[in-house]
Amino acid sequence: MRFGVLQFPGSCDEVDALLAARRVGEAELLWHGERDLRGVDAVVVPGGFSYGDYLRAGAIARFAPVMEAVTEFARKGGLVLGICNGFQVLCEAHLLPGALLGNANRRFTFRQVQLEVVRGDTRFTSACAAGDASPMGPPPPPAILSIPAKHSWGRYYADASTLDELEAAGQVVLRYAPGDNFNGSLRDIAGVCNTEGNVFGLMPHPEHAVDPLTGSTDGLCIFESMRLAVEGARV
Amino acid sequence: MRARVLIRPKAGILDPQGEAVQRALPALGFAGVSNVHIGRLVELDVDDPDELESMCEKLLANPLIEDYEVQLLGPSSD
Repeated sequence: MRFGVLQFPGSCDEVDALLAARRVGEAELLWHGERDLRGVDAVVVPGGFSYGDYLRAGAIARFAPVMEAVTEFARKGGLVLGICNGFQVLCEAHLLPGALLGNANRRFTFRQVQLEVVRGDTRFTSACAAGDASPMGPPPPPAILSIPAKHSWGRYYADASTLDELEAAGQVVLRYAPGDNFNGSLRDIAGVCNTEGNVFGLMPHPEHAVDPLTGSTDGLCIFESMRLAVEGARV
Repeated sequence: MRARVLIRPKAGILDPQGEAVQRALPALGFAGVSNVHIGRLVELDVDDPDELESMCEKLLANPLIEDYEVQLLGPSSD
Protein backbone atom coordinates (compact mmCIF):
# COMPACT_ATOMS: atom_id res chain seq x y z
CA MET A 1 0.00 0.00 0.00
CA ARG A 2 1.53 3.28 -1.10
CA PHE A 3 0.04 6.69 -0.30
CA GLY A 4 0.85 9.83 -2.26
CA VAL A 5 0.59 13.04 -0.22
CA LEU A 6 0.24 16.22 -2.29
CA GLN A 7 2.40 19.21 -1.53
CA PHE A 8 1.35 22.70 -2.64
CA PRO A 9 3.16 25.94 -1.94
CA GLY A 10 1.67 26.81 1.46
CA SER A 11 0.83 23.26 2.54
CA CYS A 12 1.86 22.74 6.15
CA ASP A 13 0.47 19.37 7.25
CA GLU A 14 1.88 17.22 4.47
CA VAL A 15 4.68 15.82 6.65
CA ASP A 16 2.30 14.78 9.44
CA ALA A 17 0.07 13.16 6.79
CA LEU A 18 3.11 11.37 5.36
CA LEU A 19 4.16 10.09 8.80
CA ALA A 20 0.60 9.02 9.64
CA ALA A 21 0.29 7.12 6.35
CA ARG A 22 3.65 5.43 7.00
CA ARG A 23 2.21 3.88 10.15
CA VAL A 24 0.04 1.69 7.93
CA GLY A 25 1.99 1.57 4.65
CA GLU A 26 4.45 3.42 2.45
CA ALA A 27 4.04 7.08 1.58
CA GLU A 28 5.70 9.72 -0.55
CA LEU A 29 5.18 13.40 -1.35
CA LEU A 30 3.82 14.48 -4.74
CA TRP A 31 4.73 18.03 -5.77
CA HIS A 32 1.87 20.20 -7.06
CA GLY A 33 3.55 20.76 -10.42
CA GLU A 34 3.68 17.05 -11.25
CA ARG A 35 1.14 15.34 -13.48
CA ASP A 36 2.26 11.81 -12.64
CA LEU A 37 0.96 10.20 -9.46
CA ARG A 38 3.78 7.60 -9.71
CA GLY A 39 1.41 4.69 -9.35
CA VAL A 40 0.32 5.39 -5.76
CA ASP A 41 -2.67 3.45 -4.42
CA ALA A 42 -4.29 6.41 -2.66
CA VAL A 43 -3.92 10.19 -2.57
CA VAL A 44 -4.00 12.46 0.49
CA VAL A 45 -4.66 16.18 -0.07
CA PRO A 46 -3.23 17.64 3.13
CA GLY A 47 -3.97 20.64 5.29
CA GLY A 48 -2.37 24.04 5.14
CA PHE A 49 -2.80 27.22 3.13
CA SER A 50 -2.26 26.16 -0.48
CA TYR A 51 -1.29 29.15 -2.63
CA GLY A 52 -1.84 31.34 0.42
CA ASP A 53 -5.59 30.59 0.35
CA TYR A 54 -5.80 33.59 -1.99
CA LEU A 55 -9.26 34.37 -3.37
CA ARG A 56 -10.88 31.44 -1.49
CA ALA A 57 -9.34 28.49 0.30
CA GLY A 58 -8.55 25.86 -2.34
CA ALA A 59 -9.67 28.02 -5.27
CA ILE A 60 -6.26 28.18 -6.93
CA ALA A 61 -4.89 24.82 -5.78
CA ARG A 62 -7.68 23.02 -7.60
CA PHE A 63 -6.11 24.14 -10.90
CA ALA A 64 -2.62 22.84 -10.02
CA PRO A 65 -1.25 20.35 -12.58
CA VAL A 66 -1.30 17.55 -10.01
CA MET A 67 -5.04 18.06 -9.48
CA GLU A 68 -5.73 17.05 -13.10
CA ALA A 69 -4.12 13.72 -12.32
CA VAL A 70 -5.98 13.45 -9.00
CA THR A 71 -9.31 14.13 -10.74
CA GLU A 72 -8.58 11.41 -13.30
CA PHE A 73 -7.46 9.06 -10.52
CA ALA A 74 -10.70 9.73 -8.61
CA ARG A 75 -12.82 9.17 -11.74
CA LYS A 76 -11.25 5.74 -12.09
CA GLY A 77 -12.21 4.91 -8.51
CA GLY A 78 -8.92 5.71 -6.74
CA LEU A 79 -9.11 6.63 -3.05
CA VAL A 80 -8.68 10.34 -2.32
CA LEU A 81 -8.65 11.74 1.24
CA GLY A 82 -8.84 15.50 1.77
CA ILE A 83 -7.98 16.91 5.18
CA CYS A 84 -8.87 20.51 6.13
CA ASN A 85 -7.41 22.60 3.28
CA GLY A 86 -7.47 19.36 1.27
CA PHE A 87 -11.23 19.11 1.91
CA GLN A 88 -11.61 22.70 0.68
CA VAL A 89 -9.57 21.88 -2.44
CA LEU A 90 -11.72 18.81 -3.21
CA CYS A 91 -14.92 20.86 -2.82
CA GLU A 92 -13.57 23.60 -5.10
CA ALA A 93 -12.60 20.88 -7.61
CA HIS A 94 -16.18 19.54 -7.46
CA LEU A 95 -14.89 16.14 -6.42
CA LEU A 96 -16.97 16.59 -3.26
CA PRO A 97 -20.30 18.41 -2.83
CA GLY A 98 -20.67 21.68 -0.95
CA ALA A 99 -18.27 24.37 0.19
CA LEU A 100 -16.46 25.52 3.34
CA LEU A 101 -17.23 29.01 4.67
CA GLY A 102 -15.71 31.17 7.43
CA ASN A 103 -16.26 29.81 10.93
CA ALA A 104 -19.45 31.06 12.55
CA ASN A 105 -17.35 32.10 15.57
CA ARG A 106 -15.24 34.30 13.19
CA ARG A 107 -12.04 32.97 14.74
CA PHE A 108 -9.23 30.66 13.89
CA THR A 109 -9.99 27.84 16.31
CA PHE A 110 -7.73 25.03 17.40
CA ARG A 111 -9.30 22.45 19.69
CA GLN A 112 -9.94 18.77 20.14
CA VAL A 113 -13.33 17.72 18.76
CA GLN A 114 -15.38 14.58 19.21
CA LEU A 115 -16.66 13.14 15.95
CA GLU A 116 -19.52 10.70 15.55
CA VAL A 117 -18.81 8.06 12.96
CA VAL A 118 -22.12 8.19 11.08
CA ARG A 119 -20.93 5.67 8.51
CA GLY A 120 -18.53 3.04 9.78
CA ASP A 121 -18.76 1.03 6.57
CA THR A 122 -16.95 3.29 4.08
CA ARG A 123 -13.48 2.77 2.59
CA PHE A 124 -12.26 5.54 4.91
CA THR A 125 -13.94 4.47 8.15
CA SER A 126 -14.31 0.66 8.09
CA ALA A 127 -11.62 0.35 10.79
CA CYS A 128 -13.25 3.09 12.89
CA ALA A 129 -16.41 1.26 13.91
CA ALA A 130 -16.66 0.45 17.61
CA GLY A 131 -15.62 -3.09 18.43
CA ASP A 132 -14.25 -3.75 14.95
CA ALA A 133 -10.86 -5.15 15.93
CA SER A 134 -8.24 -6.19 13.42
CA PRO A 135 -5.96 -8.86 14.90
CA MET A 136 -2.74 -7.24 13.66
CA GLY A 137 -3.81 -3.64 14.10
CA PRO A 138 -4.15 -1.24 17.00
CA PRO A 139 -6.91 -1.68 19.59
CA PRO A 140 -10.32 -0.81 18.15
CA PRO A 141 -11.07 2.90 18.32
CA PRO A 142 -14.52 3.95 19.52
CA ALA A 143 -17.29 5.02 17.18
CA ILE A 144 -16.59 8.47 18.57
CA LEU A 145 -13.25 9.79 17.33
CA SER A 146 -11.32 12.38 19.33
CA ILE A 147 -9.34 14.39 16.78
CA PRO A 148 -7.99 17.96 16.70
CA ALA A 149 -9.46 20.60 14.41
CA LYS A 150 -7.70 23.87 13.54
CA HIS A 151 -9.08 26.20 10.94
CA SER A 152 -10.76 29.51 10.15
CA TRP A 153 -12.81 28.31 7.16
CA GLY A 154 -14.52 25.12 8.22
CA ARG A 155 -18.24 25.82 8.13
CA TYR A 156 -19.66 23.15 5.85
CA TYR A 157 -22.35 24.52 3.57
CA ALA A 158 -24.59 23.11 0.87
CA ASP A 159 -28.12 24.13 -0.01
CA ALA A 160 -30.96 22.36 1.80
CA SER A 161 -31.86 20.02 -1.06
CA THR A 162 -28.22 18.95 -1.49
CA LEU A 163 -27.99 18.30 2.26
CA ASP A 164 -31.13 16.16 2.09
CA GLU A 165 -29.65 14.20 -0.81
CA LEU A 166 -26.35 13.69 1.03
CA GLU A 167 -28.11 12.37 4.09
CA ALA A 168 -30.43 10.12 2.08
CA ALA A 169 -27.48 8.70 0.11
CA GLY A 170 -25.40 8.08 3.25
CA GLN A 171 -22.68 10.52 2.20
CA VAL A 172 -22.47 12.20 5.61
CA VAL A 173 -19.64 10.14 7.12
CA LEU A 174 -18.72 12.16 10.23
CA ARG A 175 -20.61 14.65 12.39
CA TYR A 176 -19.43 16.88 15.21
CA ALA A 177 -20.70 15.52 18.52
CA PRO A 178 -23.17 17.79 20.37
CA GLY A 179 -21.36 20.90 21.57
CA ASP A 180 -18.36 20.45 19.26
CA ASN A 181 -19.65 22.15 16.10
CA PHE A 182 -17.73 25.37 16.78
CA ASN A 183 -17.55 26.38 13.12
CA GLY A 184 -21.31 26.31 12.48
CA SER A 185 -21.30 23.51 9.89
CA LEU A 186 -24.80 22.82 8.63
CA ARG A 187 -26.32 19.70 10.18
CA ASP A 188 -23.10 19.28 12.20
CA ILE A 189 -21.35 17.80 9.15
CA ALA A 190 -17.62 17.22 9.70
CA GLY A 191 -16.88 14.87 6.80
CA VAL A 192 -18.57 13.84 3.55
CA CYS A 193 -17.85 11.43 0.72
CA ASN A 194 -18.83 11.46 -2.94
CA THR A 195 -21.63 9.27 -4.30
CA GLU A 196 -19.16 6.55 -5.32
CA GLY A 197 -17.57 6.55 -1.84
CA ASN A 198 -13.97 6.82 -3.09
CA VAL A 199 -13.41 10.52 -2.29
CA PHE A 200 -13.71 11.70 1.30
CA GLY A 201 -13.03 15.02 2.97
CA LEU A 202 -13.09 16.21 6.57
CA MET A 203 -12.08 19.38 8.39
CA PRO A 204 -10.52 17.85 11.55
CA HIS A 205 -7.02 16.35 11.33
CA PRO A 206 -6.71 12.57 11.72
CA GLU A 207 -3.01 12.80 10.84
CA HIS A 208 -2.42 14.76 14.08
CA ALA A 209 -4.02 11.99 16.18
CA VAL A 210 -1.85 8.95 15.53
CA ASP A 211 0.51 8.91 18.51
CA PRO A 212 -0.32 8.61 22.25
CA LEU A 213 2.21 11.41 22.80
CA THR A 214 -0.29 13.92 21.43
CA GLY A 215 -3.26 12.55 23.33
CA SER A 216 -5.20 10.41 20.86
CA THR A 217 -4.59 7.75 18.24
CA ASP A 218 -8.16 7.84 16.92
CA GLY A 219 -7.05 9.33 13.59
CA LEU A 220 -5.09 6.25 12.65
CA CYS A 221 -8.25 4.29 11.79
CA ILE A 222 -8.86 6.55 8.76
CA PHE A 223 -5.50 5.54 7.24
CA GLU A 224 -5.94 1.94 8.32
CA SER A 225 -9.37 1.83 6.64
CA MET A 226 -7.81 3.06 3.39
CA ARG A 227 -5.14 0.37 3.62
CA LEU A 228 -7.79 -2.29 4.16
CA ALA A 229 -9.77 -0.98 1.18
CA VAL A 230 -6.74 -1.10 -1.13
CA GLU A 231 -5.11 -4.31 0.06
CA GLY A 232 -8.48 -6.05 0.37
CA ALA A 233 -9.21 -5.07 -3.21
CA ARG A 234 -5.93 -6.60 -4.40
CA VAL A 235 -6.53 -10.08 -3.04
CA MET B 1 -11.38 47.12 -20.97
CA ARG B 2 -11.30 47.87 -17.24
CA ALA B 3 -13.77 45.73 -15.34
CA ARG B 4 -14.91 45.35 -11.77
CA VAL B 5 -16.37 42.16 -10.33
CA LEU B 6 -18.39 42.40 -7.12
CA ILE B 7 -18.69 39.14 -5.24
CA ARG B 8 -21.26 38.77 -2.46
CA PRO B 9 -22.26 35.96 -0.14
CA LYS B 10 -25.55 34.49 -1.37
CA ALA B 11 -28.66 35.72 0.41
CA GLY B 12 -29.60 33.56 3.36
CA ILE B 13 -26.10 32.28 4.06
CA LEU B 14 -24.85 33.24 7.51
CA ASP B 15 -22.35 36.10 7.16
CA PRO B 16 -20.46 36.35 10.48
CA GLN B 17 -18.25 39.20 9.23
CA GLY B 18 -21.29 41.25 8.27
CA GLU B 19 -22.89 40.54 11.64
CA ALA B 20 -19.76 41.61 13.50
CA VAL B 21 -19.59 44.91 11.62
CA GLN B 22 -23.31 45.48 12.10
CA ARG B 23 -22.81 45.12 15.86
CA ALA B 24 -19.72 47.33 15.87
CA LEU B 25 -21.29 50.34 14.13
CA PRO B 26 -23.89 51.18 16.81
CA ALA B 27 -21.12 50.94 19.40
CA LEU B 28 -19.46 53.84 17.56
CA GLY B 29 -22.65 55.87 17.64
CA PHE B 30 -24.00 55.00 14.16
CA ALA B 31 -27.61 54.08 14.70
CA GLY B 32 -30.04 52.54 12.22
CA VAL B 33 -27.66 50.16 10.47
CA SER B 34 -28.96 46.80 9.26
CA ASN B 35 -28.39 44.15 6.61
CA VAL B 36 -24.59 44.49 6.57
CA HIS B 37 -22.88 42.02 4.25
CA ILE B 38 -19.24 41.76 3.30
CA GLY B 39 -17.96 40.49 -0.02
CA ARG B 40 -14.95 40.87 -2.31
CA LEU B 41 -13.98 43.23 -5.10
CA VAL B 42 -11.82 42.24 -8.07
CA GLU B 43 -10.72 44.87 -10.60
CA LEU B 44 -9.00 43.83 -13.78
CA ASP B 45 -8.10 44.81 -17.33
CA VAL B 46 -9.32 42.33 -19.94
CA ASP B 47 -8.90 42.14 -23.71
CA ASP B 48 -12.21 40.34 -24.13
CA PRO B 49 -14.98 41.35 -21.69
CA ASP B 50 -17.09 38.44 -22.98
CA GLU B 51 -14.79 36.12 -21.04
CA LEU B 52 -15.60 37.74 -17.68
CA GLU B 53 -18.67 35.60 -17.05
CA SER B 54 -16.67 32.42 -17.53
CA MET B 55 -13.82 33.76 -15.34
CA CYS B 56 -16.34 34.35 -12.56
CA GLU B 57 -17.90 30.90 -12.88
CA LYS B 58 -14.57 29.09 -12.95
CA LEU B 59 -12.40 31.01 -10.53
CA LEU B 60 -13.33 34.47 -9.26
CA ALA B 61 -16.51 33.36 -7.50
CA ASN B 62 -17.84 30.08 -6.17
CA PRO B 63 -21.41 30.04 -7.53
CA LEU B 64 -22.47 27.62 -4.79
CA ILE B 65 -22.02 30.24 -2.11
CA GLU B 66 -21.53 33.56 -3.89
CA ASP B 67 -23.31 35.86 -6.34
CA TYR B 68 -21.27 38.03 -8.65
CA GLU B 69 -21.89 41.17 -10.64
CA VAL B 70 -19.69 42.36 -13.49
CA GLN B 71 -19.33 46.10 -14.13
CA LEU B 72 -17.50 47.46 -17.21
CA LEU B 73 -15.64 50.65 -16.28
CA GLY B 74 -14.20 51.83 -19.61
CA PRO B 75 -10.77 51.69 -21.24
CA SER B 76 -7.94 49.75 -19.60
CA SER B 77 -5.86 51.63 -17.07
CA ASP B 78 -2.14 52.01 -17.85
